[in-house]
Amino acid sequence: MTTLHLDWTRCRGRGGCVELLPELIGRDEWGYPLTATDVPVPRALRGAAEQAVRDCPRMALQLSPRFAE
Amino acid sequence: MTATLDPPVRTSPLLDATRPPLRPVPLRGAAVIAEVAAAGLTGRGGAGFPMARKLAAVNAAVTVTGRTPVVVGNGSEGEPASSKDRVLLTTAPHLVLDGLAVAADAVGADRAHLVVTPAAVAAVRAAVAQRSDRVPVDVVAAGEHFVSGEETAVVAGLEGRRAVPGDKFRRVVESGVHGRPTLVQNVETLAHLGLIARSGAAWFRSRGTAAEPGTALVTISGAVARPGVFEVDHGAPLRDVVGLAGPRGETPVLVGGFHGAWLAPHEVAGAAFCRASLGTFGASPGAGVLIVLPAGASGLAETARITAYLAGQSAGQCGPCVNGLPRLAAELGRVAAGHGSRPDDRAELYRLAGLTEGRGACHHPDGTVRLVGSALRVFGARS
Ligand SMILES: Cc1cc2nc3c(=O)[nH]c(=O)nc-3n(C[C@H](O)[C@H](O)[C@H](O)COP(=O)(O)O)c2cc1C
Ligand code: SF4
Ligand code: SF4
Repeated sequence: MTTLHLDWTRCRGRGGCVELLPELIGRDEWGYPLTATDVPVPRALRGAAEQAVRDCPRMALQLSPRFAE
Repeated sequence: MTATLDPPVRTSPLLDATRPPLRPVPLRGAAVIAEVAAAGLTGRGGAGFPMARKLAAVNAAVTVTGRTPVVVGNGSEGEPASSKDRVLLTTAPHLVLDGLAVAADAVGADRAHLVVTPAAVAAVRAAVAQRSDRVPVDVVAAGEHFVSGEETAVVAGLEGRRAVPGDKFRRVVESGVHGRPTLVQNVETLAHLGLIARSGAAWFRSRGTAAEPGTALVTISGAVARPGVFEVDHGAPLRDVVGLAGPRGETPVLVGGFHGAWLAPHEVAGAAFCRASLGTFGASPGAGVLIVLPAGASGLAETARITAYLAGQSAGQCGPCVNGLPRLAAELGRVAAGHGSRPDDRAELYRLAGLTEGRGACHHPDGTVRLVGSALRVFGARS
């Protein structure tokens, strides 16, 4: 399964990823995406995940075929 | 260490300063990997990962990428309560250098870096100058922050960048120093490797347990008469291990250092120094740091102090770590000061812990959460 990986050292929070992937990503009280570092992406959300990767202004998101650890 | 303390210390192969240096190491090359697997050697830098698997992962990455690998000895010892790596590097530097040379041969590296605590740089450089290893060893002073010894921070430092942890989308074994496959091992792990290359897996397995073979260096501090570094068998009764340093009373012990977990006195009495036993208390041997709480001291206040220190040691890069750790420290401080004795305050601590754990580039938040959780478990019963 595809995994969405978040590079916390790049992320500055308050980004569009939360709106694009509400099923996978919440927002914490500091404005950061509320998610684990590696999240499995269900097939139905693949397109939205690709969009989130493209739209992230900090290039903090990446998709990989790897399993979440 | 003395051989008269028995058990758990019988002899200390690692810290035996009378060992003649520069004896040739018979077992070299790829054959070492099978011997390390048979020995069951695991990392002594904290995580306890099997070394044979890391060697195999580096070799696999070399096959895939076609790039020549790098080996790195990690003697950064960022943990303030640990001295075992410094003691090892100054007492038996050749053992570590033997291990580094054997590791370099096992993966076919052409470069070896030894990153050591500044206090050990001169001794290690002097030892390097006495040798003529195939692979040149470059001795570098480590950064002096808690997280400087995390492997991606070590790699960053070796590349001339700020020594802070980085993202792990690509693992260090695949892409470490300048993008090359990189083997990072704690210096004590390398010293064990040096001994295994001389004496073999069966010899190594004569100490410790079947599941967790060998010995480990521990640093014991706190309310003890003889703080210091000792070599102990995995599986030794924890009370005997702590007993080596002469504890002043039966008090709680922080096992595994600042990223470790507290054990109550009756748990110390029943536990053994190995992952299997300590795991049942949410603890692990880690890098062998044991801190004995003074009688009458507040475990919550001590943990709040450590948590505040850890919050200050964040590399300041990842949102949940930067925001969550100071909040955890402050809330725990409130609870410790008696202002937070309501169950709600504890619930807030658990909520913050859940928000912080697993949400950083390195395990600094996770280790801090583990410490706080153990303090609530052992000291937080009043509510
Ligand atoms: C915050 C943090 C600090 C660390 N500091 C050290 C250190 O000072 N020395 C060390 O050997 N490993 C340290 N580690 C572990 C290393 O990342 C790595 O796992 C280790 O050096 C691998 O060697 P080993 O498998 O032989 O233990 C640290 C890990 C973390 C998360
Ligand atoms: S869009 Fe990118 S930078 Fe913004 S919150 Fe999401 S991951 Fe972080
Ligand atoms: S989790 Fe904390 S210590 Fe680790 S890299 Fe991120 S900010 Fe630095």
